[in-house]
Amino acid sequence: MEAVEALTLPKTHYLNAEYGIRSWLLTTDHKRIAILYLVSITAFFAVGAMFAGIMRLELLTPAGDLVSDDTYNKLFTMHGIVMIFLFLIPSIPAVFGNFLVPMMIGARDLAFPKINLLSWYVYVAGALFTLWAITTGGVDTGWTFYTPFSTTASNSNVLTAAVGVFIAGFSSILTGLNFIVTIHRMRAPGMTWMRMPLFLWAIYATALINVLGTPVLAITLLLVGLERAFHLGIFNPAYGGDPLLFQHLFWFYSHPAVYIMILPSMGVVSELIAAFTRHRIFGYKIVAFSSLAIAVFGFLVWGHHMFVAGISMYSAMIFSVLSFLVAIPSAIKVFNWTATLYKGSIKLDSPMLYALGFIGLFTVGGLTGLFVASLGVDVHVTDTYFVVAHFHYIMVGGALMGYLGAMHFWWPKITGRMYPEIWAKLAALTVFLGFNLTFFPQFILGYLGMPRRYHAYPPEFQALNVLSTAGASVLGIGYLMPLVYLLLSLKYGKVAGPNPWRATGLEWQTPSPPPTFNFDRTPIVTGPAYDYEKQEIRLG
Amino acid sequence: MADVASPQQPPASPVGETPHEPHLAHHFDDMEQQREAATLGMWVFLVTELLFFGGLFASYMIYRIWYPSTFGVASRQLNILSGASMTVILITSSLTMALAVHAAARGRRTRILGFLGLTLVLGAAFVGLKFLEYYHEYLNHHIPGHGFRIEGTDPNHAQIFFSLYFAMTGLHALHMFIGFGVILTMMYMAWRNYFSEKWHTPVEIAGLYWHFVDIIWIFLFPLLYLVDRHR
Amino acid sequence: MWPRFFPVFPERASTMAGRVDALYFFLIGVSVFFVVLIATLIVYFAFRYRRRAAGEIGRPVHGGYALEVLWTAVPVLLTIVMFFWGASVYFSMGSPPADTLDIYVVAKQWMFKFQHLAGQREIDELHVPAGRAVKLTMTSEDVIHDLYVPAFRIKADILPGRYTTIWFTATRPGTYHFFCAEYCGTRHSGMTGQVVVMAPADYEAWLSGGTTETSMASAGEKLFQDLGCVTCHQADGQGRGPSLQGVFGHPVQLTGGQSVTADEAYLRTCILTPGGTNVAGYQPIMPSFQGVVSEDQLSQLIEYIKSLASAPPPQGPTPKR
Repeated sequence: MEAVEALTLPKTHYLNAEYGIRSWLLTTDHKRIAILYLVSITAFFAVGAMFAGIMRLELLTPAGDLVSDDTYNKLFTMHGIVMIFLFLIPSIPAVFGNFLVPMMIGARDLAFPKINLLSWYVYVAGALFTLWAITTGGVDTGWTFYTPFSTTASNSNVLTAAVGVFIAGFSSILTGLNFIVTIHRMRAPGMTWMRMPLFLWAIYATALINVLGTPVLAITLLLVGLERAFHLGIFNPAYGGDPLLFQHLFWFYSHPAVYIMILPSMGVVSELIAAFTRHRIFGYKIVAFSSLAIAVFGFLVWGHHMFVAGISMYSAMIFSVLSFLVAIPSAIKVFNWTATLYKGSIKLDSPMLYALGFIGLFTVGGLTGLFVASLGVDVHVTDTYFVVAHFHYIMVGGALMGYLGAMHFWWPKITGRMYPEIWAKLAALTVFLGFNLTFFPQFILGYLGMPRRYHAYPPEFQALNVLSTAGASVLGIGYLMPLVYLLLSLKYGKVAGPNPWRATGLEWQTPSPPPTFNFDRTPIVTGPAYDYEKQEIRLG
Repeated sequence: MADVASPQQPPASPVGETPHEPHLAHHFDDMEQQREAATLGMWVFLVTELLFFGGLFASYMIYRIWYPSTFGVASRQLNILSGASMTVILITSSLTMALAVHAAARGRRTRILGFLGLTLVLGAAFVGLKFLEYYHEYLNHHIPGHGFRIEGTDPNHAQIFFSLYFAMTGLHALHMFIGFGVILTMMYMAWRNYFSEKWHTPVEIAGLYWHFVDIIWIFLFPLLYLVDRHR
Repeated sequence: MWPRFFPVFPERASTMAGRVDALYFFLIGVSVFFVVLIATLIVYFAFRYRRRAAGEIGRPVHGGYALEVLWTAVPVLLTIVMFFWGASVYFSMGSPPADTLDIYVVAKQWMFKFQHLAGQREIDELHVPAGRAVKLTMTSEDVIHDLYVPAFRIKADILPGRYTTIWFTATRPGTYHFFCAEYCGTRHSGMTGQVVVMAPADYEAWLSGGTTETSMASAGEKLFQDLGCVTCHQADGQGRGPSLQGVFGHPVQLTGGQSVTADEAYLRTCILTPGGTNVAGYQPIMPSFQGVVSEDQLSQLIEYIKSLASAPPPQGPTPKR
């Protein structure tokens, strides 16, 4: 059993080392910057969720009777923009990456602490621009900004929104750059690449995509902005341009972007599975390389968003084959995680529930990716609710579950407090059930033929829509619960101590919350990650 | 598993126990690590810039392949003498920048300032010529938009040429302006005598940035100015 | 009764639908297998290897390489099967048979206009015969739209500035929804209609039923005169432009040396942006008709030129200009 003496919070730690708003807004401490991001992205998650709530309410009935069609078009556009660019893409890297990368590699901070702070300010600037676009009339192009609608026909704040996303993209680039340099140059003595926790491999792969892909989105949005402002013709057939060129440029980033959203979650799941089975991850090397493989292959498949867009049959076939191949590393990870459970010592604490929920939901989402990669079926289901269900299974059932799992797992490290486990388990279950009720009916709806981005629909689609909206209410409750009990735990939660989970990893060798400079002495690493045998001998 | 060095062992690199290097940031273990991190950081940043321009280059190449004769007609509207001069000026500025880095590595304050200043002047000449060209395009009604006019049977695709021309050279010019800011900052730091054999990393990575901006132009010039010139 | 209020599967009304559904069920089967497998293993392992003492750790597991190879190879094989099956269906979708009933579609915010060769025009409703291959040649007047008929399992984007095609053979008379499936602005979700599939005899009746419109080819012929095309494109080949007799569907030699097939897309480019389609042996003096002809008129001209396809091309040398 644990030592019997009552745990106390350390006297000085990164949260109370300095006081005052300047100490937060001018901080270069990666942990404080992580908290700044945490607060911002939570706020925008609420905004994006609110838009989704109104949409699901509208879709209760076939008629478009809650909001006007223009308003609905703006709602789904802004839901997408806010959730993708202002929540999902930063989420795990900007919060948990920032907090944990230096700690996991045994460093005192990231390579470029001031650039880290700059990345938050850039994020806020981009987010404020986007908020301005939202509050002064909205955008109605879809988050995909397809031309020539976005450049000629839309009567909404396309320019402002494009600028907002453009700016926010630089935040991603700076964060990715910081992680790449940090992981290359600042690992503690003895921490070889093959001894790094798998979360770092995932963050590294994500950073590569951030750095290579986001600039292409930036230039694409710049061109859209110029075209709209100056009536150019690069993407407009009326002036000799090609609308498909926009789609190629856009998806060249936006497909890898989905791997930016899922890879960090996969990294979290590796950490959670290891910690709650107290077992080395089965096939560590393969899992590490799978992250890299996903990043590389992810750049080769963008055309699968365009199978019915007018590309040639033969290029469609090439993209289809590659899209199937990119699924393989993800499948391997799922099998490896499951195999880790074999002969593990499993405890179903709430972070583990989120991890297992991830595996289940991501498996469904990933398998339905095979449906859309399959050309013959994709023709029928693309641009329908089938695709909507597919990507929500991955981004919400996958990425968001991973984010919540990370939140619960590292909450004690970040705050020094434990949360009430019963409520956490209940919330995990509520999210899992609510999620499935919301999105599973949408697969059926899509195959039936309900197109996406539809404000009103034929009556035969209603029953499934009602189920989906019912699920959304349950899901909403499931998300509110952690907000409440995690905040309450700051005051009333049990003191956690340095390592409440008895997990391996350098971050657990520090007090909770950690001191500003993380380690008094640079640690020396002498063995692989997840070495529970050695840990048990040491902890006694 | 990961083992924290216990306090009894000599620490690998304890905070605050090595003599305080004036330019060593607290989170790095030594100057070497700091320099390597800065250099790698700049290279990664340049890769992002490559991808940034890459989207424009890709769009340009696609239209160039589809409409070769129209792009030839449009390209011939550009002033090749001006473009060639700009190329020579910019390459020379890369030379002066390299000499500035060389001087910084030896702590030669006057030389650093001299070569950086020369780089700045050459860069300004480049941008001056560019804006002169833009002015001529304006006079010839080659600015894309409502007033665009050009000879030939395919004004639409010629306008696309000019849209991409202004986007690419304009973005490049913007990077030149950022480069001016970087050079001025380096000049200030050199004036305050910050640089020495032991530490001159900012000049090195400023040099990397400047050379990159030069290389982008080296691709822009033939792509934009030299289409079908042999005809 | 409940399928009417709670349908869970779409009707099958084309020759392609069964093939798509078969692939779909295969994918469902594979998915169910793996989901059940993973879920069962997780639940079983979570119970069997639950932590029994506070300090317990997982036990070492050795080897397992064979397993790793197996669970890499099996998914790869399965995905190869899925790829070929899907690609084969897609290839059929993209390969209309030679003899099709052609219909032109012009989409604009927020309606579909259907133009039959014999002259009938429909808006948001399309009558077709069952059992006959129908090919739709589509373009948009403004932004990108899409035509999606769930019961036929077909979908294709409709682009401004070019033609895209889609084909189907309807199997059962009935009325089937179609939807615009590419977001196109305010009334995107209102841009829907129906395909009315009729037994062949009923379709013939409908065709002759009552339209005062001339056929597309006749309308095109009149345009050909009115717009002055006939002055240069003389039938005997002696005009300033090439004769269009027998041109459609055959190769054309361009000035640059390459050869292209004179299909709908080529003819469209010739009329709208002649700059890039210069025929060898002729001066590049054809004016552009962009803004002069509407999409409807463009398709009528094309149908007229198609009607000349069976006429023999003029003999004799090309006049030197």
